Amino acid sequence: MPEATLDRAATVPLTGWGRTAPTPALLTPVHDDDAVRTALAESTGRGVLARGLARSYGDAAQNAGGHVLDMTTYRGVLAADLTTGLVDVEAGISLDELMTRFVPQGFFVPVTAGTRYVTVGGAIAADIHGKNHHVAGSFSQHVRWLDLLTADGQVHRVSPDSDADLFWATAGGMGLTGVILRAQVQMKPIESSRIVVDTDRTPDLDALMTLLTETDHLYEYSVAWIDCVTKGRRMGRSVLTRGRFARRDELPAKRQADPLAYSSSVKLSVPNVFPPGMLNLATVSAFNELWYRKAPTRKRDQLQSIPAFFHPLDGVGAWNRIYGPRGFVQYQFTVPFGQEEAMREAMVRIASSGTASFLAVLKRFGPGNPGMLSYPSPGWTLALDIPVVRGLATLLDQLDELVLAAGGRIYLAKDSRVRAETFAQMYERIDDFRAVRARVDPDGVFTSDLARRLEL
Amino acid sequence: MIDALGSVGSLLLVGGTSDIAAATAHRYLAERPLRVVVAARDTPRRAAVAAELAAAGATVQVVDFDADDPASPARMVAEAAAGGDVDVAVVAFGQLGDQQQLAADPDAVAALARVNYVAPAVVGTVLAQHMRAQGHGVIVALSSVAGERPRASNFVYGSTKAGIDAFYSGLGDSLAGTGVSVLVVRPGFVRSKMTEGLDDAPLATTPQAVAEAIVAGVRSGRHTVWVPGAMRVVMSGLRHVPRALFRRLPI
Repeated sequence: MPEATLDRAATVPLTGWGRTAPTPALLTPVHDDDAVRTALAESTGRGVLARGLARSYGDAAQNAGGHVLDMTTYRGVLAADLTTGLVDVEAGISLDELMTRFVPQGFFVPVTAGTRYVTVGGAIAADIHGKNHHVAGSFSQHVRWLDLLTADGQVHRVSPDSDADLFWATAGGMGLTGVILRAQVQMKPIESSRIVVDTDRTPDLDALMTLLTETDHLYEYSVAWIDCVTKGRRMGRSVLTRGRFARRDELPAKRQADPLAYSSSVKLSVPNVFPPGMLNLATVSAFNELWYRKAPTRKRDQLQSIPAFFHPLDGVGAWNRIYGPRGFVQYQFTVPFGQEEAMREAMVRIASSGTASFLAVLKRFGPGNPGMLSYPSPGWTLALDIPVVRGLATLLDQLDELVLAAGGRIYLAKDSRVRAETFAQMYERIDDFRAVRARVDPDGVFTSDLARRLEL
Repeated sequence: MIDALGSVGSLLLVGGTSDIAAATAHRYLAERPLRVVVAARDTPRRAAVAAELAAAGATVQVVDFDADDPASPARMVAEAAAGGDVDVAVVAFGQLGDQQQLAADPDAVAALARVNYVAPAVVGTVLAQHMRAQGHGVIVALSSVAGERPRASNFVYGSTKAGIDAFYSGLGDSLAGTGVSVLVVRPGFVRSKMTEGLDDAPLATTPQAVAEAIVAGVRSGRHTVWVPGAMRVVMSGLRHVPRALFRRLPI
């Protein structure tokens, strides 16, 4: 469900997916490399930033008073090798479009977030992860090269082998090293467009973590949805879904003729009329109860479509509107293995704060990558959507301290409120990132509200 | 940047030695450390305020500001902005003046009008220009209920506040859509160093209560706040009291 795009430059207020803290910027649609150079030339003191489909929750794709480049108009497929699965694309193409074009040809995106409405440029800049992180790593690990337009107006083709420092500063670098123009992505071969899914319902957090620790390696894709509202003994009751792509011979006979059939469509869209406070403890509790009850206790080898398994929320357009005009934040953090107590403590504090979290998602990460600001690292990651309410700022500041003390960190693509000092302590390679940025962009032309807030 | 939950990264106190300005900074510091720029004349009081804020966890920058010097506002804002974006600026300087003296001294009237109206209007203009370019920011202006309906006992002060209230209310409207907003604060009688030695008026309040109202008002994006909140109702009533009666009220 891409946003409406502009025909020409205009000053407009921009927000992230959480719809908080809007700031105006001159938004310019990009159709070629020169549009980026023009913005650089015209840039005043407030800098330039690329923006994709704006699925970052906070201020990552905003640049108050400066230039913002709408990359969603720069989205061609330049080359596709259907034997190797290597595709060369312009950075504004969405994962949705890649799936629509290449799933019928037998290739799936190497990594997808919980939404397919992200651009390739954004997927690299946030170094997104998905349900297969424990086996496949994050998105940038499947990028063979990328073309980066830096502050000097030059285009550099960087890769893990050619200017590795710039590549790994750009992967997860939130658009602050330059504008990603093109990339080569290694797609993943599939025999069918169906996923073989196993579902397990677990009564509490301990049971869930035990199950994940013991058997996660048997599955390619894995994620758990947790009830964060229920307190006490049943805290952390959850529904775990895990799967792998089906082989053609596993499909029902009538589907085997067209095993790669794929369609993605938004079935309904949420109107922009939700009053503040619509999502409260009562409505969220009721939803969580229903959702837990409706999941099977244990189910094996169920066939699901790509949208149903990977992107259930994409079926509802603009679902961020249900949080009302005050918007919402997502708190996503990771703690290393062995720090499960810290994660449990964080969940207890959220549950006892009376703050309704509609969605809580738990995943077990595999190894990290050399990305200097890349989020995933071995351990557990928990993501919670929380509507903006009084006292939330203090609660989340306290959770930051807890996460930091446990050796964990928060995810920039979801962040809209962490403190600069706290963030710097969470990412031990931040000085390496700053050094690369000082080399390729000494004047800090590429900047964002997030960069200013976190003094990156 | 003011973040998604209304936390502020940097605060500029114009008239940084005012009790309300300092209380506002301390109120923010109770939530999180932040950068605070204290703009005031170079006095021992300024040094003391800066030291207290640093002790409370602020990264403090001290900048010279003199309301009597027409060149001062532009220089002050430029120096404050050199350290990064200004998220919230509190314009909190002003003098009460002695009504008896003012009645007999035209020069004193001119001086009070300069400090209480001309200088804050110039500061507001410079701040608005700067924040419009940076694409975000909140200007907090200290008005007063005294400007709502001037009284014989302090009408010179009241008239300057009426002017500044009109200025900042209009400025706020002129900035719609720029990412910059203005919060006009209308406190009643505040027990502070400005009112030292005066008897409390009805609904008297404290710098801390005004600070609380400022922080809440900025967070929720309001354009006007009264302190205490009941002042709004009281003043709305007083505004319609016939003049002959108003003059006799013991306020």
